[in-house]
Parts: sequence; C-alpha cells; structure tokens
Amino acid sequence: MDADSLVLSAQSISKSFGPVQVLFDVDLNLRSGSVHALIGENGAGKSTLMKILGGYQPASSGSILIDGMQVRLADSATAEANGIVLIHQEFNLAEQLTVEANIFLGRELHNGPFLDWRGMRARARTLLRELETDIEPQQRVRELSVPQKQMVEIAKALVRDARILMMDEPTAALTSKESQVLFKQIEKLKAQGVAILYTSHKLEEVKAIADNVTILRDGAKVIEGPASEFTVDQMATQMVGRDVSDLFPQKSAHEDSAEALSVTGFNVPGYVEGAEFHLRRGEILGFAGLVGAGRTELMEGIVGLRHASGHIEVGGKAVDIRSLKDASHLGLAYLTEDRKGHGLLVDKQMRPNVTLLGLDRFVNLFIDERAEDRALDKSIEEFDIRAPNRQVKVSNLSGGNQQKLLLAKTMLVEPDIVIVDEPTRGIDIGTKQQIYEFINALAQAGKSIIVVSSEMAEVIGLCHRVVVMRAGRLTGELTGRDITEENIVRLAVGIEGDKVA
Amino acid sequence: MSADGADKPRSGFRISYSVLGPLLALALLIVLGASLNGNFLSYTNIANVVARASFIGIIAVGATFVITSGGLDLSVGSMAAFVAGMMIIIINGLVPSLGGGWPTIVVGILAGLAIGSLGGAFNGLLVTAGRIEPFIVTLGSLGIFRALITFLANGGTLNLDFTVSGVYEPVYTGDILGVPVPIIVFAVVAIAGEIIMRRTRFGRHAAAIGSNEQVARYSAIKVDRVRFLTYVLQGFLIGVAAALYVPKFGSANSSTAVLWELQAIAAVIIGGTMLKGGFGRIWGTVVGVIILELIGNILNLQNLISPYLNQAFQGAIIIIAVLLQRSRRTS
Repeated sequence: MDADSLVLSAQSISKSFGPVQVLFDVDLNLRSGSVHALIGENGAGKSTLMKILGGYQPASSGSILIDGMQVRLADSATAEANGIVLIHQEFNLAEQLTVEANIFLGRELHNGPFLDWRGMRARARTLLRELETDIEPQQRVRELSVPQKQMVEIAKALVRDARILMMDEPTAALTSKESQVLFKQIEKLKAQGVAILYTSHKLEEVKAIADNVTILRDGAKVIEGPASEFTVDQMATQMVGRDVSDLFPQKSAHEDSAEALSVTGFNVPGYVEGAEFHLRRGEILGFAGLVGAGRTELMEGIVGLRHASGHIEVGGKAVDIRSLKDASHLGLAYLTEDRKGHGLLVDKQMRPNVTLLGLDRFVNLFIDERAEDRALDKSIEEFDIRAPNRQVKVSNLSGGNQQKLLLAKTMLVEPDIVIVDEPTRGIDIGTKQQIYEFINALAQAGKSIIVVSSEMAEVIGLCHRVVVMRAGRLTGELTGRDITEENIVRLAVGIEGDKVA
Repeated sequence: MSADGADKPRSGFRISYSVLGPLLALALLIVLGASLNGNFLSYTNIANVVARASFIGIIAVGATFVITSGGLDLSVGSMAAFVAGMMIIIINGLVPSLGGGWPTIVVGILAGLAIGSLGGAFNGLLVTAGRIEPFIVTLGSLGIFRALITFLANGGTLNLDFTVSGVYEPVYTGDILGVPVPIIVFAVVAIAGEIIMRRTRFGRHAAAIGSNEQVARYSAIKVDRVRFLTYVLQGFLIGVAAALYVPKFGSANSSTAVLWELQAIAAVIIGGTMLKGGFGRIWGTVVGVIILELIGNILNLQNLISPYLNQAFQGAIIIIAVLLQRSRRTS
C-alpha cells in the first residue's frame, strides 16, 4: 500500500438526532500510514463522527469515500468489510468469555465444522505478546483490569486486519506506561500502512503521536492541520474557543491548620499495607501513583467500603468506620472513580440521583419530593449542570455533566472531608477547569480534600501536598516546589524511596 | 438515512404508551367482555373477579418489591400452601383449649403472618448473607415448601376444623358496606404498597439497588438489609393471602397454590415493572393481576373459544407486555 495515500475521505458529514443537529458539514481525510487525532470538548461530536465512520450510525447527509469510491456504511459489518474498525470508549467485551474467544468473536477460525482453538490461542498469544501484556488467552475477561481490557480490544481490532483503525479515547483508562505501549503499537501499525484516527483529551499525547489534527467545536470543524503546527495551548484554545492557559486556579494559601483526618497503620488486605498520612483543614492532598498502586482501595477502606484495619482519627478523635454510612455521619465523603458503574444510576433521572446519598435529609415519614426538586435546582445552579431538561436520563448527559452531578450528590451531605477519585477522567477541558475551581473553592471554605489522580498535571496543578503510592505502600510525600512530574514518577515506579514491595 | 430523524418524537410516544399499555389492555378486555356477555359488567361478576384476583394480587404486590430490587421469588406458591397448611394445623390444634371461635382464628392468622415472614426471611438470608442467586435459592425453597405441605398433609388434605370454618368463613365471603372483605384487604395492601414504593426511603432504595447495586452500595445504602426486607415483606404478604385462602377453601394440600409464582411474576411484568429490576409500580401489578383474572372470566362467559385456551391468552399477554418494555429500553 502506498504510504500517505488517501484511504478514507468523509465529505460534509452532518448528523441530526430529531431536531437537534450535532454535526455540521464536517470533512475528514485519513491517509494510510498516518495518525490523525480528532479532538474537541465532550459533546463536540467526536464520538458521533466515529460512529458514523464505523457504520454504527447513519449520517443525516454527506458522503464517505474509501479509496476514492463512494460507500454506504449501513452497519458495522459493512464498515469492517471495508477495513474500518472502531474501538469504542466503552468496552465491547463478553465478560464471561475467555480473552481468546473475545479476540476472535465473530471471526472464529475453523477446522472443518469445529473451532480451531489451537490456532486461535496461538494467534491470540502472539498478538498479546506483541502488545507487551502478560494476559493469557485462556483468562476470563471479567478477571482483567481496565487497561488489560483495553489491550484485548486492541488485539481484537488487530485480528480484523483493520486498514482504518479508529480509537475513541483509548488512553483514558491507561497509565502513562501503558499508553506508551499502545503508542508503540500505533507506530507499528502506522509502519504497516494502517490509517489511524483517534480521540483523546490528553493534548500532550496528541502532540506526541499524531501527524494530523482535526479540531471540532460544537459539531463543526474549527481547524485542521499537521500536529507539529499546534502547541498544546493552541489546541486547547481552539477546542474551547477561549483561552484556557489558566487551567488550574491559583492555589489557595494554605496555612498549618488543625488536623482533619489522620490515618495510621492502615491495611487493606491484598491491596494496602501500613498506610499513614495526615490531612489538614483547608488542604488539598494529592494521591499519585500508577493504576493498581492501591490508592482507590486505600480510600475505599477508609470510608468503610472495603474490609480494612488501622487507626483513623477524624478531627482528632479516634473513630470506627464500618460502613459508608458511618463515614457519612462523620462528615467523610468519597467520590468514586467509576461514575457510571458506582456513582450514578444512569437509567434514572437526575432527581433520585442527586438525593440518593443524602436521602435521609428528605425523609420524614415520606420522601418530600418538592424538597428534592429544590435541592436539584440548587445543585444545577451551583455546579452548572447542563441538561436539556430535568426528565432526561443521566445516561444521556455528557461525561462532564455526569461528573458534576456526582459532585453535587456527594456535596449534598455537606461533608467536611471529601475524597475525590479521578475527578476528571474522560472529561473535556472546559469542565475540568470548572471542577478544579469547585475543588479549590471547597478547600478555601475550610473543607479538606483528597484528590486521587493518575493525571500528573492535575496533581501538580491542584494539590498543596502529594503522597505517592506504589504497590500498596506509601513511598513518599512531596510539598511545594518538590511537586514535580519527575519526583512523582520516581516515587511511583520505585527509583527512590521504599524498596520493599 | 433520514429514517433516523424520527427517533426523538417516537421515543416520547413509546414511553407514554408503555405507561398506558396495561390500562389500555384492561380497557380493551372490559369492552370485549361487556360486548360478549351482558352479565359481565354486573357488580357480582366484577366483584367476583377482583375477589378471586386478591390472593395472587396480594402476593404480587410483594413480588413487585422483590423484582424491583433485582431479586426473584419462585417459592411464593409453595410457601402459600405451606403457610395455609400450618395455619390449619395450628387452628385445629388450638380448638380444644381456645375453642372454635375468634381467639383461635386470630392466633391462627398471626401465626400465618409470622410463618410467612419467617419463610421470606429464610429466602432473604440465603440471598444476602449466603450470596446465592435468588433464582437458585427460591427454586430450592419452592421444592422444600411444597414437600413440607405434602408431608404435613401426609399426602392427602388438611381440613379446617368444622366449627372454626363456620366462624372464619365471612373473612372471605363477607362484605363491608357491600364490598367483599378480600377486595378491601387487597386494596389496603395495594395502596400501602404503592405509597411505600413511591414515597418512602425503602421503596427508593429498593429501586436503586435493582438499578445498580454498586451505585447503591457507594451511596451508603444498606443493600443487604433492603434486599432481605423485600423477601420478608413478600413472606408477610403470603401470610395475608393465606389468611384469606383458608376461610375460602377450608383446606390445604399438595396441589394448593400450584404455579402461583408464575401468575404473580406475570402480573408484575404485565404491570410494567422491569424483570431485571430498577423500576417497579404497584398499580401496574394490580392492573396486571386483574387482566390475568379477566381473561379467564371472559373465556368462561362466552362459547366461541374454548376456556381451555386460558393460559395461551395469558401467555400471549405476558409476551406482548415484555415486547413493549423492550421497545422502551431501546428508545
């Protein structure tokens, strides 16, 4: 295949859902052996465009040319027959099946009338080794971690001999190390002449691996060009339509104040050993580390969601937290990293969601629905939740608005200590900025905040102090000027600090 | 490509249709019944239909809570037979000491409610503390309770003491201001159920657990306790149904209340409650129970179609109801 030849050309693609138009005459050209990044805020239309190209949704108007020939992508099978494979943001894996069965799902190798499992296993193993994972083909998908599942998705696409590979936020759930492995694969595919289209909110990453960039805003193409011609700031500005160089609010001056939370000798069996840290009033304390370092498990242990042992003091008093309810009563709240799986009832409306944690406040003998409505009004205003109407199901809100709703739900119980786990995962830059402001404002109001985050910039830009974890242990603590990417990485991968893992 | 453009307005129509669906089906059946037989709309016939629906109806109110919270109870029919049998044994045993009057009956009813609640607690404990699938647990207890009633009746029939049945009978046959007692009991249970489902923390929590158990857990809801209580409530309501069943039939045996579990689940589904949990409505269940009972009634009132096809019609209605539910989910 000729390098740099045009393989896919989408011309003035528009898409409407009922009366709402979400894409306006978007053009997109993909060349073989080249990586094209599609960026924009949540709701800009990236996923919709990808779904149209992947055959999952029909365009309302416009045409798609493959190798110069006009095609009609009636469904994903037609798209696959044309060499187009889309990896969705949300995984499409059969949890109960093995990795090999998933990789070959719908494309099973046959030996006469029977499945050629030997061949599939061998091919699956080769692919997984190329992806530098230690996943075994016989493992069940449900036993895998999120990044491992991502790798299975990629292996699945590779088996389909994709000429045009589209990935919707493939790195959202990956650590930087895992992302590097993915990028290496992307380079390999590029060398083989595959055209790659991908979306990401991580602009440094776009800058590093994309050859071309298309920026969407509100469903329309704003600008397109070689990635080398944009700086990260320029990309962000084009996405949002305004200057976002001040992504993080000015850190509030934080004086030595009273201790809000103290955790010592804390163990979460199988995940965390001997954790000790202290949190002051008005402080934003970051928890950095690789995915799987035990940060989430530590927090879930503290708030009573997991079996754990150790000594906890809240406001200087020793407490015994056995359930999330106990934690709630002590003014301790936890925002899960998994807003759809653990945070919100996505098939319900906003009202029952926002009051679910604090329902006690709305119950006398019966639930006071009017009071609930007032609380929702207040939350919508306070957290700038943008929903078409109040009846909309939460699943139809954008990720950013879901996150704001989750924040509103948690803040409704007026906690003094708030633990937020990956507060901006998969969220556009404009909403990120808002969430950082909320967090900062909470700290200024005297609340104590713990931010668990795998996004280095977030931890550095937001936190007064950062604790780093590795393999279930706290490996170090950084304050002030010492909070740098380099220092965090050192502690997170174990170049410095506690060597016992 | 433009076919997609109609998505939004159509989805709105579907939602209202799924709300109105059961009511529409009920209205159609009433029109059909009235046109087939002049006696159909008579007070006696309608009262008779609703009174007969009350056993399954009361149980189905409990089933709505169990299903809404993501559970399932297949043991309700067997448990109803077992509770009825136990009530008869207890009442008969008390006749020598307490006599054949109300004191004996009241003790018998209270024992029935207690035994039902305990049976429900048994299921609930296995599901929550035992971490066993509700389907498996209640499939097991279905067998256990059915065997127990057969054993207690020694393979035959347990009969209520003759002196007691005369006193107890009005609980089923009697009326208050012209409304039969079982209908009043059914109405009280249904109204209380609707209020609990919609307006209390328990109802909201049950729906939240059925919608997503993890979200419920992360929202400080005592998931196991709520789950457990739905089964206890189910058992208690089985006790209520048994307290109406015993005076009507005065006996219990191995074929008492067979397949009631399927009738109850069918009524819940026809009423619009989601089988996978997360959303339930009691009024829908009430409509569902009455629809099922009306089908049999209408078939008996005409002579064009064999009444033996009763279950085929009931089955078709269940399938149609689920089809409607699915179109709502995909919208």
